[in-house]
Parts: sequence; structure tokens; C-alpha cells
Amino acid sequence: MTPLRLTVLLAALLALVAVIALFAGSGGAGPAALFSADEELGGLVLRELRLPRVLLGILVGAGLGASGAALQGFFRNPLADPGVVGVSASAGLGAVICLYFGLSSLFALALPLAGVAGSALGVIALFAIAGRGASATTLILAGVAVNATAGACTALLMNLAPNPWALAEIAYWLMGSLSDASWTEVGFATPVILAGLVVLMPLARGLDALGLGEDTARSLGIGLGRLRLAVVLGTALAVGGGVAVAGAIGFVGLVVPHILRPLVAWRAGALILPSALGGAVLIVLADLATRLLSGPGIPLYLGVLTALIGAPFFLWLVRHTQRRAP
Amino acid sequence: MTRLLLDAVHYQPGPRPFFADISLSFDRSGLVALVGPNGAGKSSLLRLLAGLAEPARGRVIHDGRPLSGLADRDRARAIAYLPPDGRTAWPIEVRRLVALGRIPHLKPLRSLTLADADAVDAALEKTATTHLAGRHFDTLSSGEQARVLLARTLSVGADTILLDEPTAALDVRHQLGVLEILAEEAARGALVIVALHALELAARRADRVIVLADGQIRADGAPARALRPDILADIFGVQAPDGLVSGGLRLAVPTS
Repeated sequence: MTPLRLTVLLAALLALVAVIALFAGSGGAGPAALFSADEELGGLVLRELRLPRVLLGILVGAGLGASGAALQGFFRNPLADPGVVGVSASAGLGAVICLYFGLSSLFALALPLAGVAGSALGVIALFAIAGRGASATTLILAGVAVNATAGACTALLMNLAPNPWALAEIAYWLMGSLSDASWTEVGFATPVILAGLVVLMPLARGLDALGLGEDTARSLGIGLGRLRLAVVLGTALAVGGGVAVAGAIGFVGLVVPHILRPLVAWRAGALILPSALGGAVLIVLADLATRLLSGPGIPLYLGVLTALIGAPFFLWLVRHTQRRAP
Repeated sequence: MTRLLLDAVHYQPGPRPFFADISLSFDRSGLVALVGPNGAGKSSLLRLLAGLAEPARGRVIHDGRPLSGLADRDRARAIAYLPPDGRTAWPIEVRRLVALGRIPHLKPLRSLTLADADAVDAALEKTATTHLAGRHFDTLSSGEQARVLLARTLSVGADTILLDEPTAALDVRHQLGVLEILAEEAARGALVIVALHALELAARRADRVIVLADGQIRADGAPARALRPDILADIFGVQAPDGLVSGGLRLAVPTS
């Protein structure tokens, strides 16, 4: 399958899944309500709840999928994922700090801004540890360290939480969900995640060359410092923007590129756009599932569902990679 | 006329200087063999010449211009480099792998042109890997992998080709085959510098042999002169009573 055909196929699949997600479930209205301005309840549910929720799912999924593909290409490792380099956890810490100190009540955008600030800090810490000219292995180890630090700080804040409500708010937020999606979140996340995707898309050639090793890539004229910067910046924006509005949703960046890789003939560079679309499909589907499976008053969280699917897959992948390259 | 020049290069990757004040000049074309025991500095020398390592002092000059002043892309078109550890991260198709050598020639966001495709075909043909074009890299034997990676290096179309141990994984017949290919590249006007462990190969096919030991040039010249008995005994601890050059191996039949 050519990358173009795969991209078209995934885009069509995404459109189909998005339409299903819009009209499935109770309380919505028919397609006509999408374009009418009446205040009837079904139309409001569709326009003010479902549509932003689906759009946000597409954005968050695209950011996670593309970041996963870029990171796996850059590290030449199918286990790399936005979570691995600590970007997700740092964004999470930023948001948790915001929740802990009640900054989110000061103004609407405080939480998303804190998330992006956190991911940016994580990226800077990553560079401070790994430095310029560090090998991919060093960068992964640095990512593990950043991850652990962000996780420890988050745990500390939960430990010191002044009351059970604050603790619950942080805990629920960390589980990851699109249930609070509104046009405000969509408005904030769109430019941030799109900027990240724009940074990641042109990296195809460099990632392809990097498959032959760092020295070969450099001998082919690929500037590794710039490539590394673009990967981390693009990932910070695409993941940071997503984590900020939807919480921690793991494993999408791991699973999607892995499934799509054989379909693009294992070319690391050709994987970015299809992974963005595939990530969007996965999140919209998973979110639809959480919506339909949730009992009254007991919401199933999106991040919990993706982790339940993704973690066993991660285990299988570790075993599989070990067997292939001992 | 000089193509590549190391001018009083001082190189110190670790606590101790590795190359202290080393100077070498390479003609526009020819097959140059770099030989020496493990740790002699063959790889470091090639990395300096490829612009992948920066000298602490001194300059590397390519076609009259300092290598460090060239744009990445221009340097990549002029100098092809094959690293010693021939691996790929992903099991991609042979033809696509060889086409990666065309990256320095591609315009941004464009795919391969006809000229690029021709260069890929030519490189596959030179290395006798055309029949492998549709195979995935991980399904090849190590000898086939080595030839495919050589094809990737040739597809760049550079006038300077630097290769670090391209024959390490090959049986003796394919080693000779690779040296034949490199000699042909030199004959068409390229400067080919290759690090080798196989002394008899260097002796038979190279126009010039540079013997390195402990970061120093111990001998430099035509194979018969550079690989003379006292050097062989001193540096490598071997003897060649009948002479390396006249008594060496040659291909019985051309490699297919």
C-alpha cells in the first residue's frame, strides 16, 4: 500500500468514526440539528457537547499518534512513546500544580497553559540532561529520569493535598478524559497541537536517514541537532496541548505507529501522517466506547481504557522486540 | 591536484591526544587503503575526513575549501561515508534503502526524480544486488547486507567515497568483489579511501596504502613499499615470505 492510499483510507475511516461518534448514544439529535440554531435540547447536546468532544478527540489523538511515530523514528525504537521521554508526565505535573493551587479557578485557560508550560519545562530538563550530541540511548535514559521526577512531584502534591476533593480532582484528571470538552478547550488545543503537527510533518527525510544510524544520517547531510530539537519541540506542543485539555492518555503513541508500520513498508518518515490519523481514529473510538460503556453516575475514563488496552500490548511488544534483537 | 587534505590536524576525543599534528593529502582519484591494527585510528581518520568529527586544531580541506565551512547538504553530495556497523533500525526494502543515498540531492518535500532512480539502479547493478531490490533488509545474508549498504554509499554519486571496513562480514570471494567495485569507482575518477583489515586485499588492489598505528602514520605509499617486510613484522607481527603483492589472491570467476 502506498503511503498516499493509506492516508486517504485512514482519513475516510476517521470521517466515518467521527460521524458515528457524533450521532451514537442517547440525547443527541439528527444531522439537521447540526446546522440549525434552535435551542432544542438534542441540538444543543450535538453542537455544544458532542461536536467539540469529537473534534478534541481527533486533535488529541492526532498529536499523540504523530508524536509517537516521530519519537519511534528518532530513537529507532518501537518502544518510544510520548510517555517515554517524559513529555506527558511533565505536562501532567504542570496541570496538577495548577489544580493543586486552585489556579484553574482564576481564569479558564490556566489549566491548559500550565500543561503546556509543564511539557516545555520537561523538554528543557531533557535537553539539560542529555545535552547536545547525546546518543538516542542517552536521550531515552534522560526521558526516564524526567518521567520519574515529574511522577514524584505529582505524587508529592497528591500526598500533600489539603482535602479529599483536591485529591480526587487531581486523581480524576490524571486518568484522562474528554468528558469536559467544550469549544473553549477546542479553541485552545487547536493552534497548539496543529503547531506541533506542522513541526513534525517535515521530519520524514531525516527520520528515514536516521534508520541507518547517526553517522550515516549526518553523512547524508541531516543536521541531527536540528532534527532532535524539532522532534522534541513538535512533541512538546502536540502532546502538551493534548494532555493539558484531556489529561494523561497513554499508549496511543505506542500502539498506532506499531500497527501502521508494516503498511508503510517500515519507513519511519512515511509513518508520521498516517499515525496522526490513526491516533485520531483510536481516540474517537475509545472515547465513544467510554461514553457508551459508562454507567449512570460512574464515568469510565478514557485514559483508563487506553491503558487497559495499551499496557498488555506494551508487554507483548517488549517481549517481541527482545526476541528479535537480543 | 589534491582533493582532500588533512592539514596539521590535532584530534583529541578523550583525555589523551589521538592524532597529534597529522598531515595527509589525497589526490583527485585513486583507491587508498587504510590499514593498521585495531585501535590504530583508521575509523577516527575516516570520520575526520568525512566531516563527522571535528579536529581540535588544524583543518580538513576538501577541493580547496575547509570542510567545516561547507553546508551539510553540499558536504553530503561531495563525500559518501559507509560506517563500520552495517545495520538498519527497520527492515526496509532494499531499493528504498539504497534510495536513501539520494537524500542530499532531493528538493524539500519532493520524491525521487528519474535521475535519482537511475543512480539507484546503477548502484544496485554495480554491487550485483539488483535481484535483491524487492527484498527486505533483515531477510538478507550478512554478505548481501554488506553489498546493499555499499550500494547505498555508491548511490550518493559522490566523488569522494569513504568506507570503514566494508568487507568485514564478507567471505574472501565477496571481499575481492567489493574491492573490484571500489577499484572501478576509483578508475572512473573518484577518490576512494577504505579502511581494511585484509592486508593482502590492500596490497593487491589499492593504488596507495597508508599504515596507521597508535594514531601515527607508519608507512605511506605504493602497496609494495608501504607493506614492506619490516612494517609487516613491526606493526602487524606477521611475515609474508613470498611477498603480499605478487603472491595474493585473485578472483577465479567474476562475482555474479
